[in-house]
Amino acid sequence: MPNEIVFLLCAALTLGGAVAAMTMRNLVHCALCAACAFAGLAAFYLQLGAQFVGFAQLLIYVGAIAILIVFTIMLTRGGDIQPGVSGASHNWWVGLSVAALVLACLVRSIMSSPNLLRLPPANVAAPARKIGEALMNRYVMPLQTIGLLLTAALLGAVVIGLREPRHPDTNAR
Amino acid sequence: MSTPLSYYLVVSALLFSVGLAGALARRNAVLVLIGLELMLNAANLNFIAFWRYGPHAERLTGLMFVIFSIAVAAAEVAVALALVIAIYRHRHTAQVDRFDSLKG
Amino acid sequence: MESLVKYLWIIPAAPLLAAAAGALLPARRRRLGAGLAIGAMAVAFLLSCAAFFATLQPGRATSNFRWFQFGDTAVQLGWVLDPLGAVMLVMVSFVSLLIFVYSAGYMAGDWNFTRFFCFMSLFGAAMLGLVIANSLLLFFICWELVGLASYLLIGFWFQKPSAAAAAKKAFIVTRIGDLGLFLGMLLLYSKAGTLLFYDGGRGCLEQYAAGSLAASTVISLLIFCGAVGKSGQVPLHVWLPDAMEGPTPVSALIHAATMVAAGVFLIARVYPLMSDQAKEVVTFVGAVTAVFAASIAVAQNDIKRILAYSTVSQLGYMMMGLGAGGIAVGMFHLITHAFFKALLFLGAGSVIHGCHDEQDIRKMGGLRKLMPLTFATYAAGMMALCGVPLFFSGFWSKDAILDAAHQWPVSKAPFYLGLIGAFLTAFYMTRQVCIVFFGKPASEEARHAHESPSVMTVPLAILACLAVVVGFFGTPAWPWFQKYLEGGRPAFDLSKIVAPEQLTVMLLSAGLVFAAILLSGLIYVKAAARPSRETDPLERAQPAVFALLNRKFFIDEIYDATVVRLTAVFARLSDWLDRAFWGGLVRVFSWLVVALACLDRAVDESVVNGGFDAGTETVRGSGKWMSRFQNGQAQRYLRVIGLAFCGLLILLLWGSQ
Repeated sequence: MPNEIVFLLCAALTLGGAVAAMTMRNLVHCALCAACAFAGLAAFYLQLGAQFVGFAQLLIYVGAIAILIVFTIMLTRGGDIQPGVSGASHNWWVGLSVAALVLACLVRSIMSSPNLLRLPPANVAAPARKIGEALMNRYVMPLQTIGLLLTAALLGAVVIGLREPRHPDTNAR
Repeated sequence: MSTPLSYYLVVSALLFSVGLAGALARRNAVLVLIGLELMLNAANLNFIAFWRYGPHAERLTGLMFVIFSIAVAAAEVAVALALVIAIYRHRHTAQVDRFDSLKG
Repeated sequence: MESLVKYLWIIPAAPLLAAAAGALLPARRRRLGAGLAIGAMAVAFLLSCAAFFATLQPGRATSNFRWFQFGDTAVQLGWVLDPLGAVMLVMVSFVSLLIFVYSAGYMAGDWNFTRFFCFMSLFGAAMLGLVIANSLLLFFICWELVGLASYLLIGFWFQKPSAAAAAKKAFIVTRIGDLGLFLGMLLLYSKAGTLLFYDGGRGCLEQYAAGSLAASTVISLLIFCGAVGKSGQVPLHVWLPDAMEGPTPVSALIHAATMVAAGVFLIARVYPLMSDQAKEVVTFVGAVTAVFAASIAVAQNDIKRILAYSTVSQLGYMMMGLGAGGIAVGMFHLITHAFFKALLFLGAGSVIHGCHDEQDIRKMGGLRKLMPLTFATYAAGMMALCGVPLFFSGFWSKDAILDAAHQWPVSKAPFYLGLIGAFLTAFYMTRQVCIVFFGKPASEEARHAHESPSVMTVPLAILACLAVVVGFFGTPAWPWFQKYLEGGRPAFDLSKIVAPEQLTVMLLSAGLVFAAILLSGLIYVKAAARPSRETDPLERAQPAVFALLNRKFFIDEIYDATVVRLTAVFARLSDWLDRAFWGGLVRVFSWLVVALACLDRAVDESVVNGGFDAGTETVRGSGKWMSRFQNGQAQRYLRVIGLAFCGLLILLLWGSQ
C-alpha cells in the first residue's frame, strides 16, 4: 500500500511536470517544470533501487541540463513573452494526434504483454562498488568511448558557440 | 514492492508521448529539446524498470545502459543548445518553423 | 576424214582471230589490216581445199562436244564434214579471198580501211562457222553473227542517213524471219530431244531420215521462215535492195554470194525433216519470188539495184530447185550463182570506181571501149546469169531447176513461172549491159572513165573463168556435182543430154533466152546510141506499168503504211502505258510512301515525343508536388517519423494476426 502511494506521488509529479513543461507559455517556467519532472524521475529510480542512477540523474539532469536549458532560453530571448504569437505551431493538433497515436500503440502493446502483472523479485542490490567494477571490467570500452564522446561534444559545443569574427565587407550582422 | 511492472511501463509510455507531443507541437527550439529530453528519460525509466523486474538483475545491464544514456544525453544537450544559440545569432529567431532553408 | 574433222574449227577460227586482231589495230595500219584478213582467209581456203579432198570418199564425219549441262540434259555443239558442207566451204572461202583482194583496191581511198577488213573477217568467220555447224544451235549462233556483220557492213558509211536506215531495215526484216527459225528450233528440240544434226544415229536429221520421227510441216515452215528472211524471198525481200547502200565488195560477198545463200543452205541442211507440204510451199514461194523480183529489175536505173533484184530472183530459183528437185539441184545453182553474181557485182564496182562513184546507169554508156577488161568479164557474167546455153554455168544449173520443175508431179505452175523468169532475166540483163557499155557516154564521169587497177581486175578474170568452168561439173551428161553430194561416182553419159524430156526443156529455155536478148538488144542498143538520154523506151510505151515496176510494186510503201505504222502505234501505246499507267502507279505508290512517312513523323512527334515529354513532365510534376512535403521544418519530419513508427509497430506486432 505505501508503495503504491509513493508510486502514485512520483508518477503525478513526473507527469504533471512534463505536461506543464510542454504547455506553459513562459519558457523559463517550462524549463523549471522540466526540472521538476526530472526530479520525479530520480525519485522513481530511487524507489526502484537504482540509487546510483537516481543521484546521477539529479546531478546531471537537474543540476546541469536544466540549468543549460535556462541559460539557452535567456540567451535566445525566449523568456520574453511576445504578445500575439502563440507558443504552439499553427498545426499543433497534428503533432498532438501523432503523439496520441504513438501512445495508443505503446499502451496497446504493453497491455497485450503476458508480463502485465509481474512482480519484482526481492533483494536486488546495486552497490556502487559493483557498478564501478562493471565499468572497469565489462564496460571499459563504452566508458572510454563515452569519454571520447564527451570530449568531442565539449569541443563541438565550444566551436559552434563561438562568435564569428566580424567582417567589415559582409552584411551578416 | 507490489506494483506490477505494467504500471511503470504505462508511466513511461505516458511520459514519452507527452514529450513527443511537445516536441511536435511547440514552436520554440528549446522546448523541442526539452521534449526530446523527456523522451529520453522515459526510455531510461523503462530500462530501470525492466532491470528491476527482469531476470538476472545482478548483472546490472539496465543500470549500465542508463548510466551511459545519461552521459550521452548530456553531451547531446550541450551540442544541441550550442546549435540553437548559433542559429539564433544568424536568424534572430528560435522558432523552428522559420528554419526551412533545407526545403525541397 | 575422222582426223581432219577434229581440226575443222580452225577454218572459221582463223578469220575470227584476224577480226579480233583487226579490231585492236589503229586505223593507220592499213597494210597490216588488209594483210591479216587476206592471210587468214587464205589459210581458211587452203584448209577448206584439204577438207574438200577428204570428202571425195563417201561418208560423213562429225566431232561433237558438250557445251553446258543443266540437270539431266546437256546442250551439245559440234561440226560436221560432209560433201554439202565441204563444197560450201570451198566456195565461201575462195570467193571471200578474191573479194578481200579486190577490196584492198576498191576501198583504198576510204578512211576506215582497217575497220572494213575487221568486219569482213568477222563475217567470213561467222559464215564458215555456219557452214560446218553440226548443231542447229551453233548454226543459229553463226546465223545471227552473219546478220550482225551484215548490219555493220551495210551501215559502214553510217554518216549517210540512208545507209544507217538500210542497215536497220536489213536487221529488223531478217529478225522477223529469225523469229520463225527460233520457234522451229525450239519445236524441233522438243520433238527430237537434240539439236545435233548427226550424232551417230541419234541426231535429229538422222531420226527423220530413219523414219523414227514423222516430218512435221510446222517445224519445216518455221525453219523456212528464217530462210525467207535471210534469202530475201517474198514478202521479206525488201531489205536486199536497200542493202546496196553498203560498199560494193560487201554487196558482192554478202548480198550475192554467201549470206543470202545461207538460207538456201539451211533448207539444204535440214532437208530430211522437210515434209512434202513444206516442200510445196518452198517451191511456190521460190517461183513467185523469181518472177516478182525479175519484173521489178526490168524498170530499175541503179546498176547495183538491178543486180540486187536479180539476186532475189535467182534465190527464188534456188528455192524452187530445192523444193521441186532436191538438195543437189538447188545447191548447184547456189554454187554457180555465187561465182557469176560475185563477178557481176565486182564488175559493177569496177564500173562505179571507174566512173568516179556514179551509180545511175542512165549516166553511163560506151564503157565498152573505155574499160575493156571490165566489159569482157561483165559480159561473161551476164551470159552466165541469163543462161546462155552450153558454155556458161548458169545455163546448166538453171536448166537443172527447170527440168526438176517440169517433172514435178504437184503442179506445172512453177515451171511456167520459171520460164517467164528466165525470159525476164535475160531481158533486163541485156538492157543493163546495153545501157552501161554500149552507145555513147552520157555524162562527164562516163567520158573520163578509166580501167580499174589490176588488184581489182584479176579477181574479175578468175571469177569469169570459173563462171564458165564450174558449169561443166553439173551437166546431165556428167552429173558429178549431184553424185558428189549423194556420195557416189558419176558416169559420163552423153546420151543423157539428148533424152527427149531434157532436150525439150533445154531448147525451150535457150529459145526464150535468145529471144529476150534479141528483143532487149534491139530496143536498147538503139536507145543507147542516141546522144541524149531520153526516157526509157519501155517507159514511153507503158508508163503506168513502168512506174509500177520502178516503184517495186509499192511494197515498201504498203509496209510503211501498215506494219510500220501499226508498230509505231503500238510503241506509242506502250510508251503511254508505261509513262502514264505504270508511271502513275509508281507515283501513287511513292505518294503513299511519302504520306506514310509524314504520318510516321507526325506520330513520332506527337505520340512518341509528346508521350515521352508528357511522361517526363508527369515525373517532374509529381516530383515537384512530392517535394512540397519537405518544407525544411524538422518538426514535420519528426511527425512523419512518429507516424511511420506507429505504422511499423502496427504492421509488425499486429499485422500477422
